[in-house]
Amino acid sequence: MATDALGWWGVPLAIIAGTLRGSAPFLFVSLGECLTEKSGKINLGLEGTLLMGAMSAYAVSFLTGSPWLGVITAGVAGMGLGLIHGWLAQQPRVNDIAVGIAMIIFGSGLAFFFGKPYIQPAAPQLPSIAFGAWSQSPQLESALRVSPLFLLGVAIAPLMTWFFRATRWGLLVRAVGDSPDAARAMGISVFKVRLFSIMAGSFLAGVGGAYLSLYYPGIWSERISSGQGLMAVALVIFARWNPRQCLYASLLFGGAQAIGPALQSVGIDAYYYLFNASPYILTLLIMVFTCSPRRQLSGAPGALGQSQD
Amino acid sequence: MATPALSVTRRQVLRGLLATSAFGLTVKLGGCGDSPIADDGTDTLTAGFVYVGPRDDYGYNQAHAQGRDGLADVPNLSAFDEANVPETQAVQETMRSMIDLDGASVIFATSFGYFEPHVLSLAEEFPDVQFFHCGGLYEEGVHPDNVGSYFGYIDEAQYIAGIVAAHTSETKRLGFIGAIPIPQVLRNINSFTLGARSVDPSVTTQVIFTGDWAAPVREAEAANSMIDQGVDVLTCHVDSPRVVIETAERRGVFSSGYHASQAELAPNGYLTGAEWDWTSVYRNYITWLQEGKTLMNGGIPHLVRGGLGDGFVKLSDYGSAVSDTAKQEAEDAKAGLLSGDLVIYAGEIQDNRGNTVVAQNEALGQTAIELEQMDWLIEGVSGSVS
Repeated sequence: MATDALGWWGVPLAIIAGTLRGSAPFLFVSLGECLTEKSGKINLGLEGTLLMGAMSAYAVSFLTGSPWLGVITAGVAGMGLGLIHGWLAQQPRVNDIAVGIAMIIFGSGLAFFFGKPYIQPAAPQLPSIAFGAWSQSPQLESALRVSPLFLLGVAIAPLMTWFFRATRWGLLVRAVGDSPDAARAMGISVFKVRLFSIMAGSFLAGVGGAYLSLYYPGIWSERISSGQGLMAVALVIFARWNPRQCLYASLLFGGAQAIGPALQSVGIDAYYYLFNASPYILTLLIMVFTCSPRRQLSGAPGALGQSQD
Repeated sequence: MATPALSVTRRQVLRGLLATSAFGLTVKLGGCGDSPIADDGTDTLTAGFVYVGPRDDYGYNQAHAQGRDGLADVPNLSAFDEANVPETQAVQETMRSMIDLDGASVIFATSFGYFEPHVLSLAEEFPDVQFFHCGGLYEEGVHPDNVGSYFGYIDEAQYIAGIVAAHTSETKRLGFIGAIPIPQVLRNINSFTLGARSVDPSVTTQVIFTGDWAAPVREAEAANSMIDQGVDVLTCHVDSPRVVIETAERRGVFSSGYHASQAELAPNGYLTGAEWDWTSVYRNYITWLQEGKTLMNGGIPHLVRGGLGDGFVKLSDYGSAVSDTAKQEAEDAKAGLLSGDLVIYAGEIQDNRGNTVVAQNEALGQTAIELEQMDWLIEGVSGSVS
């Protein structure tokens, strides 16, 4: 029976496997965005950063043969984009949403341009840890194959919570995000703190891109992200700017991606467009239920999205 | 400071110009064309090729780009191309600049969604330029005279791939990942399954539609889900089969390719694949055009179609896992299709809801209009079109 069809058990297994495989990009981007927004700026451009990260990781892994070097390059490339965004979005009377949209186009255009020679070649992929090696069932064994990068993301979530709560730097970021005037009075450079927060957030988003191209699905193509960067930005609101909740929300979104294909594979064919769209529907529902023009969301940084001057 | 509301400083103008050109540059960088293949002689025919995706995607666009590359040694021909052109107003701009700036007199628009309204409106605008669209949508009397369509019966190759798959499969469960349930995709699924069931009637095909021509994560999820369900041969009809083939190889199951050859992606599990052979099609068109034939003077038919026999499609070389019996039966079926003795859709065929779709003594040849409007999946396919 072990190698035969799993039948209905395949659905929960596929969702669990999909969660373990597919949630890391959401996780890295949403943690990066969480850090960025805590400092009071929004970076919509992380969709472009994700693509740039995916492309540069794949290219470097292909050229040097070392996927881990690719991961680091992806982060650095992300920081480069973050530097541009952080500087531009803090100019007087500049809107960070508008800059973010421009950065989506810039980041993806740059990634598509430099990525053209790397669509076809196969780059060395990141290794995975086989937590299911004890199992007799090949399905379970495959489902429990986890990337160390994903574990790293899972570890960053509580670390970031601790960073915001208990470290001096974390408090600085929060002060700048909640009340820039007070921070300025304390002698903190709002500009620098925000710039570094945006750059560190973009580093994480770039690493998320490396996961896409070097682990799952493990190719570089221009359609690789299919909007995951933008969904992850929405997810931060859902997670109420709490890194640990970002983790749970990312797992939810990763699992939602697997629902459509998993149901079809056991013969549930009805409404597959609906099931395939489940991550997007989830995003929409979150926006509808969490946003209200009348009240401030609990947990939102006080100065989020307000331009100074 | 009292500045009038509408005064624009020099600095603002400069900044605006910089921003606009930077935006334009980024968008344009997405798809710049190669230099022409050959440009010599005085009486040069200039042809422009437009692809919706990248030239080296191991899939649909690579097949067309290889077709154009195959024209390299044709004398007095300048064939240039542009990749990554979306099915929007952008393709009209691309075609217009190919005609106005590069002097193209022939356009090959290779993506299905280019036809309406883009190719049609450009054809009205430039009545002397000939537009060839890949997809077989031309209708006599409805569409302009300078528009032609071409398409291949690639399901003939899928039928043979199905025979090979059935011979190789141990679980007798095949998997097909389709993008969208349009007639061309359904026809590939049905032909693949008919080929497989001609070997062993107990074989079934599981279908998953991803809902998009390119959705790498969903394709990988679909492949993993089906492998978990015991499917041991995977094939697909999406723009780039790369994710499906690589996932199958990683999970240790067999795969059958589509569009172009993916053999190098799966050295162990690749069985064979249904490939386009656009080189012969494009060479044929160019020969006609250089002989002075046009769509308008009736020298070139508006609808050009063909299968294995006409050189529109071919099979990938058999992989190492394919047995000699499978090869023999595949070659027999190929000979049957070439000679016309073997008709894929010969009755009686039932769909997977128990309706008879091809009657007992009926045989639908490749040109049959019923097959172009296919909206059913045959018995043995698990999946639904609606």
